[in-house]
Amino acid sequence: MTATPPLIQVSNIAKSFDVSAPWLNRVIERKPRLLLHAVDGVSFEIEKGKTLALVGESGCGKSTVARLLVGLYSPSRGDVKFDGQDVHKVLETPPGRALRRRIQMIFQDPYASLNPRWTVESIVGEPLYEHGLITERVALRSRVDELLESVGLSALDRLKYPHQFSGGQRQRISIARALASKPEFLVCDEPTSALDVSVQAQVLNIMKDLQRQRGLTYLFISHNLAVVRHVSDHVGVMYLGRLVELADKQTLFAQPRHPYTQMLLDAIPKMHETGRARTPVQGEVPNPLNPPSGCTFHPRCPHANERCRAERPALQWLGGVRIACHAVEEGRL
Amino acid sequence: MNNSLLQVKNLVVEFPGRHGTLRALDGISFDIAPGEILGVVGESGAGKSLTGAAIIGLLEPPGRIASGEILLEGQRIDNLSSDQMRPIRGRKIGAIFQDPLTSLNPLYSVGRQLTETILAHLPMSAAQARRRAIDLLQDTGIPAAEERIDHFPHQFSGGMRQRVVIALALAAEPRLIVADEPTTALDVSIQAQIISLLKKLCRERGAAVMLITHDMGVIAETCDRVAVMYAGRVAEIGKVHDVINHSAHPYTAGLMAAIPDITQDRENLFQIDGTMPRLNAIPAGCAFNPRCKRSIEKCRQQRPELMDAGASRAACWLHEGQA
Repeated sequence: MTATPPLIQVSNIAKSFDVSAPWLNRVIERKPRLLLHAVDGVSFEIEKGKTLALVGESGCGKSTVARLLVGLYSPSRGDVKFDGQDVHKVLETPPGRALRRRIQMIFQDPYASLNPRWTVESIVGEPLYEHGLITERVALRSRVDELLESVGLSALDRLKYPHQFSGGQRQRISIARALASKPEFLVCDEPTSALDVSVQAQVLNIMKDLQRQRGLTYLFISHNLAVVRHVSDHVGVMYLGRLVELADKQTLFAQPRHPYTQMLLDAIPKMHETGRARTPVQGEVPNPLNPPSGCTFHPRCPHANERCRAERPALQWLGGVRIACHAVEEGRL
Repeated sequence: MNNSLLQVKNLVVEFPGRHGTLRALDGISFDIAPGEILGVVGESGAGKSLTGAAIIGLLEPPGRIASGEILLEGQRIDNLSSDQMRPIRGRKIGAIFQDPLTSLNPLYSVGRQLTETILAHLPMSAAQARRRAIDLLQDTGIPAAEERIDHFPHQFSGGMRQRVVIALALAAEPRLIVADEPTTALDVSIQAQIISLLKKLCRERGAAVMLITHDMGVIAETCDRVAVMYAGRVAEIGKVHDVINHSAHPYTAGLMAAIPDITQDRENLFQIDGTMPRLNAIPAGCAFNPRCKRSIEKCRQQRPELMDAGASRAACWLHEGQA
């Protein structure tokens, strides 16, 4: 597409978790080994300075993708390339520390992700100290002040403890901590879903401003499509561990192609059309331990046919977007 | 006014503590007509769940109703003892809570929980109660209800559990249902199913609903009227369409603008600076004045009561003198 290679390249990444019964039960009760395929062959790339959003319902594997990208999980197959280097290989070697500095993460729950016994100064200063970026106390303090001010907090807040802040302020501390080591890539796992709307707006605005100022690249995980529309450049829709549609934001919202994407968009209540009932979709997300055959969406899909029940569609370029759907491929939709 | 099903008049709820008494609800008034769906919206800590708890008579001690009245069908229910309240709760007021897993007993089958509720409130034989329980489960859209009735809560998915909870709330045909964040724990596709189910069942049975949520989208599609709460008070109340499209209170307007809109692109979201005050530091005058861009001198000194403001009613001095 462009001459410069994308900053993040994820190819066919997968992660399975072993959820088998204990060994003894397997032997005595002849229970089989059980693998949960949380992420099953996902590929995408993110260009520098852009935001890719992953959306989907609970259990679709979006948080697992986030954790794979920062190296909190190692993939069962596939690889993640950051700036041309294989993240999971490099992280095992000494130069991995330098790579960790460049990739940071913001977590969902600002109440659980900050150490309650540390002052804000220790929390925000830790990455600086740990990566040996700043060793001098005075310099560390002034850098922490600077970081706190960049996320709209006061420099005096560095003496306080997390419990003295509200949810939105805590999430700003998390952002300040993530920014401390001057990363190029931020993985944000539902950064605003624990916050109220007015506070969510404050945090989203800060994240956008920081992206503009510092040329940050984001992977933004969310289940809220309205938030996704606001922050992203590209959107990937996940269902049961796989990408079903990947398109740029304008195209996806103007013209959703995959039946699941259409369903998700229809399911959102429209604010200014009061009293308009949504057309509720039938069915629920199937058990990921025992996913349906063929296209995993077929039991809920109004356009499913024999082929959908038998053959799993691959993600392919169709009319400018990447989509995994037989109906779209055959022109039935 | 006199034919309303529920009337809340000047309700004040206080929490006495070592460092003084905290006033969590400060003079809430509204009413719900029979068969009406009233939405109550606000941010965390605005007092919306507390209002619901006060109506059901389930305030957690030391919280107590300090003054004001709650009337159900003209009868006061705020001063009843817990023994007197028990036959009303379930029979006349049903409740649906946020988390469907914690509102069901994991040790009893859903059938047993349903028949227990039915037998407690309605004069029926055990066999009739079971028949009714199956009908209720069918009405809430649970497939193979005759079989599922003997299953335990953990055998149901989140959306199915919430259907069971709705069946439980409707079991004794209450006149009013207090639904506290009934869809917050659910995914959007399931949320749509549950909301339309709740709406359909209540319309069919003529039950009124007080729907407490922080999701303005849910309010917009479900409710007839909406009350917007801020710092323990009602900031604005009116028809859903008017409140959303012609907000009279600056807080409501800010709240609306802060919600990312799925149908349009904006560079930056509108933000209300600051946060909601803590209960021990509610500013003098209008509680919203430090965050309000349109505040005038009077806002800092005198607390506004609800007054007519265009199509709705708002507690804001900007509308003083309007008729």
